[in-house]
Amino acid sequence: MKAQHAARMRLLGVIRKESWQILRDPSSISIAFVMPVLLLFLFGYGVSLDASDIPLGIVIEQPDTLSHSLAGSFERSEFFKPYYFNAIQEAQQALDERKIDAVIWLRNNFSSSLLAGQEAPIGVIINGVDSNQANITQGYIQGVWLAWLTHFAEVQGQALPMPVALDQRVWFNAALSSRMFLVPGLVAIIMTLIGSLLTALVVAREWERGTMEALMVTPLRISEMLVGKLIPYFILGMGGMLFSVALAIWQFDVPLRGSFWLLILASALFMLVALLIGLLISIIAKNQFVAGQIAIIVTFLPAFILSGFLFDINSMPMIIQVITHIVPARYFVAILQTLFLAGDVWPVVLANMGALFLMLIFFFTLVWKKSRKRLE
Amino acid sequence: MKFELIMALAIKEFLALLRDKRSRIVIIIPPIVQLLMFSFAATYDLNNIPVAVYNRDAGSLSHELISRLEGSPNFHIIKRIHHEAEIAPLIDNRAVLLVVNIDSHFSADMRRGQSTSMQVILDGRNSNTAMTAMNYLRTILLDFNRNWLEKQGQAGVKTVLDVRNWYNENLQSRWFIVPGIVCLLTLVVSLLVTSLSVAREREAGTFDQLLVTPIRPVEILIGKAIPGIVIGLLESTVIIIIMIMLFKIPLRGDIGALYLGIVLFLLSSTGVGLMISSIAVTQQQAILGAFLFMVPAVILSGFSTPIANMPEVVQWLTYLDPLRYFLIIVRGVFLEGDSYGLLFNQYWPMLLISIVSLAFSGWLFRHRMY
Amino acid sequence: MNSPALISSHLSKCFQRDGRQAQALDKVSFALKPGRVTGLIGPDGAGKTTLMRLAAGLLLADEGELEVLGVDVRRHPLKVQSQVGYMPQRFGLYEDLSVQENLELYADLQNVPRSQRAARYDTLMQMTGLAPFTTRLAGRLSGGMKQKLGLACTLVRSPQLLLLDEPTVGVDPVSRRELWHIVYQQVQEAGMTVLLSTAYLDEAERCDEVILLHEGRMLGQGQPQTFSDEVNGRVFQVRIADPDVVDQSVRGLQAKLSHAPGVLDALIEGESVRLVMEEGTVAGADLLANETGLKIKPLAPHFEDAFVAKLKPHSEQSGKNPVLPVKAATGAASDEIIQVKDLVRRFGEFVAVNHVSFSVRRGEIFGLLGANGAGKSTTFRMLCGLLPASSGKLAVAGHDLRTAAARARSHIGYMAQKFSLYTNLSVIQNLRFFSSAYGLRNRQQRERLEWALSTFELEDYRDTNAGILPLGYRQRLSFAAALMHEPEILFLDEPTSGVDPLARREFWAWTNALAETGVTVLVTTHFMEEANYCDRLVIMAEGEVLAEGAPRDMKALARSSTIPDPSMEDAFIWLIENRKVAA
Repeated sequence: MKAQHAARMRLLGVIRKESWQILRDPSSISIAFVMPVLLLFLFGYGVSLDASDIPLGIVIEQPDTLSHSLAGSFERSEFFKPYYFNAIQEAQQALDERKIDAVIWLRNNFSSSLLAGQEAPIGVIINGVDSNQANITQGYIQGVWLAWLTHFAEVQGQALPMPVALDQRVWFNAALSSRMFLVPGLVAIIMTLIGSLLTALVVAREWERGTMEALMVTPLRISEMLVGKLIPYFILGMGGMLFSVALAIWQFDVPLRGSFWLLILASALFMLVALLIGLLISIIAKNQFVAGQIAIIVTFLPAFILSGFLFDINSMPMIIQVITHIVPARYFVAILQTLFLAGDVWPVVLANMGALFLMLIFFFTLVWKKSRKRLE
Repeated sequence: MKFELIMALAIKEFLALLRDKRSRIVIIIPPIVQLLMFSFAATYDLNNIPVAVYNRDAGSLSHELISRLEGSPNFHIIKRIHHEAEIAPLIDNRAVLLVVNIDSHFSADMRRGQSTSMQVILDGRNSNTAMTAMNYLRTILLDFNRNWLEKQGQAGVKTVLDVRNWYNENLQSRWFIVPGIVCLLTLVVSLLVTSLSVAREREAGTFDQLLVTPIRPVEILIGKAIPGIVIGLLESTVIIIIMIMLFKIPLRGDIGALYLGIVLFLLSSTGVGLMISSIAVTQQQAILGAFLFMVPAVILSGFSTPIANMPEVVQWLTYLDPLRYFLIIVRGVFLEGDSYGLLFNQYWPMLLISIVSLAFSGWLFRHRMY
Repeated sequence: MNSPALISSHLSKCFQRDGRQAQALDKVSFALKPGRVTGLIGPDGAGKTTLMRLAAGLLLADEGELEVLGVDVRRHPLKVQSQVGYMPQRFGLYEDLSVQENLELYADLQNVPRSQRAARYDTLMQMTGLAPFTTRLAGRLSGGMKQKLGLACTLVRSPQLLLLDEPTVGVDPVSRRELWHIVYQQVQEAGMTVLLSTAYLDEAERCDEVILLHEGRMLGQGQPQTFSDEVNGRVFQVRIADPDVVDQSVRGLQAKLSHAPGVLDALIEGESVRLVMEEGTVAGADLLANETGLKIKPLAPHFEDAFVAKLKPHSEQSGKNPVLPVKAATGAASDEIIQVKDLVRRFGEFVAVNHVSFSVRRGEIFGLLGANGAGKSTTFRMLCGLLPASSGKLAVAGHDLRTAAARARSHIGYMAQKFSLYTNLSVIQNLRFFSSAYGLRNRQQRERLEWALSTFELEDYRDTNAGILPLGYRQRLSFAAALMHEPEILFLDEPTSGVDPLARREFWAWTNALAETGVTVLVTTHFMEEANYCDRLVIMAEGEVLAEGAPRDMKALARSSTIPDPSMEDAFIWLIENRKVAA
């Protein structure tokens, strides 16, 4: 009983000390609150895969009603912003200079061939450097063209060019707005940064300033020190997390279809993993210089690229897919996207939370093993 | 300006960076590993999309359509289902990305010359994946339709879209992403080398020792910038060689134009790194500063999402991001075969950023003392 | 309880660094008497800190047994840690926490019951004189106050054994006296056993018992008196009786005597030189045979005399004359090479330097004395051009270094307070860099590098990283780096802080030799006895100059019937107290 009381007193002592330090040092608070706001705003508005007003060059070699009606279809589409050219060479040059992203080329015999029932191909040139954007652009062009063609066929009383139409139902995100899936993903990325950064420098700083040596000769146990350090930063990090979620819901209108408490539970789990990774970095590095360098390398880019936040994990080569399993953000991104857009889909949430829990145990053991109460 | 002084400083900076084993490893190994890992990982192309098929039609036409789906490398049919109730769990649990749902009178309708449809239910949690998958489907369907019309001998309207993709003929997203990763890693390396260099010396007290020598701030500045630029140049060269040899990205433009871009970019990122480092009082602040620059710089550069899709205000912000220009140069030279003339508008903003940030950090050396 | 508080038998500890084996402790055996203050004395690298850390359970011994308060440290470190108090060299105060919060933290960690806290805090705050500052951030305290707070945190739960690792390094004399007072109070009131390491040898005499360590080996254990007795009859004072006959400064005399045969140690002490002779030699006839105008008289030995006598033959430091071929300074000796007039420096509201004026003549050793926080370092930084002055005039060799061209800076050498060379560069790389920074190259550079390595005996460490050099060698390296370009003026900021007595003697021998060649030296220190090496000095407190003049004049101020022959420390304390009275 007495020993328990003593342990609680020591633990509370460390927690209190860390909290005081957090409150005194504006940089910790700014990591937890200013960074999410800044990043979420920047990304929430800055990151979008939805193209609109794509600059499109239209070359009409022989102006007539048919070519004008096709051009008009593009003009009315919200996706395009047409620029007109008289010769294909001019349009190609504009494409080279990146003034336009795609070209529609109606040759001088387009209308006559079409009306005569002869082959009347429409030339399309797309800048394929950004292949994803090129795919999207091509899809949009196809859509506009098909709509025009259906209309044209009806007017001409000819057969429908499309016996089978594509009837698409997109669940969870009917408008296919990329912000809906990017914002929850961003929350995961930002939390990775915050969690690891908050703690990456904490222990390294104590080593550098010599306070570690004084702590180590007190009766404080390793477990008490680790838990005592984690709790205040955990609370701080969760504050930042809630704040980001609030921004996502109210600022970016991302619907939260799942349970709020499940979201909190999953976030808590993830936050602990991120904090432990930071702690591990600072224990290994022992000085802020190396801790900072490691944090820069192992946190942001892997979370950005390997988490499935942007790039589909199923399409990666097998070996990379295996590697993504050690990126905790991977699990959190899956949980967040599901909880926000789909709802409480238990198999998805439980499997990913289970993985996070395993990581938690793994990193805690590693941190435990690496921190000893000795100077050697 | 004395050349010998600058050299002495640069040599010292190299030694300080590379003598420590941990920091040597941190600077050299991760960029190469990350290039390989990320380049394989980062792709928008989808293959083996898991698909479930719910086919209620007994006719041959629906089978033909489904076998076209099966034949495509993009799709992988993992399940054929027999009840409508099976659809929701498959999509909810992310077992499949999409379910193809064909009506019982699909073949009959087609043979009667009536128009019919193929219903697709997609998981929209990742809207980009969903849209890409839909484009693949649409192309398959278009082919199927044309084929059917020709077999029926219906003339129809004889117009097709004859699509050509310039610069990246097969629309491989790797061609787009890998040059981007090169830019990212170059940024990370130059920030790693420079962003802590002044803050670290301030904390250790060696910066004072440096300031009482006859070395001028300009010389300190150049001496401190050289390692970032040299290491950045070497690493980007290695990365570019890997990119050409391993990922077979075509180098179509002028290599000189590429290196001019690299040098200018390194100058500007080194300038920003040194600026962060001289504003910071402690290393902790310098690390924070590096993050606060790096993360938005990557997001706003157009690396993963087009700048044109951003709101106008954010687009204005991207003009401050040196990575933006560098990305255009690298992609331009590699894929589009650009040369100096076309890239002029990318060169000068980076030069401007370098000059401003370097001048400001040089000024801070002497005017930020405590 | 009469059993020893700490028993060490055949304790050994070896460190592996850079492929080098360093034997930090070599079969050390001793026992600590309970309820006593035991001093752990030895030069840098003797193994004092290693021993402290072993006793606190922070390191594991390679060999031997170590029992603290009847507990085997190796087996039950936590049990030991809950009974001892340990104050490391750089005590881990959280500078962003207040005095009270630091106390609270350690009270929690040491499991002090809440009911007892208020009373304990009161006692500690009264004892340390920190009571008025409980809400102040620890980072804003002066060095002396920080040490006292560190001690208070260590004492928050009255430990049975108190381990103090160099508690008085960098602390001004007034605070040092207070720290010692607190330690003895604990011993008397709580019956605490204290093990304390120190580099200040006058403090050794305050211990009940001392343990002498050198290069990991124990040279002896006993009362300070027994050590001093060993050199009884070998300590003398030499005084210039007739300044007309002996045309020599005390400094010159000291330099000359230190190389005389049979002399183990020669130290300036006020206006005279204190000599320690080798065993079997007799000072007098043969030493001063061809000298006139000198008066010699025997003195009662101090512990320091015994220390030097015991260690000098052991150490490799040969007594050879330091050769410092520095180009002869030009210009008349009367030139005022450094001029400071009405210098003011504010940091926000706080006035760190308040209308300070003084001037330094060419070829002088000029001292800036004062406690921590007196404004010495701020003044110094302004003189070196590292900090702009808020107002006032300052000129170094005719230039304001803040605005002067780089060329002006090439005439000065600067050695910062804390070691500030590149720790992960080797000795030779550091020297090469700084010589290049001062524009040396080719043959000239090679020659200076050779000179530095040989003069400062750094050849063995040529390729060792500067960060892991023993403290004394680091100091040499800093000194060498500041001298690579043969500067006319040398700025030394607390050059001997934390350096052991032997290295300090060596350091002053070099500085003296430099001054003899006409280099102007400006030095700050808080070692009062070192003021005797200066030609002139100013004493500062709270940003103001209290007195300016030669050491003799300073001491004259404090002369009274109770203190007929005041030391520099007496003079300093007299000035400070006088100021308080005036205020």
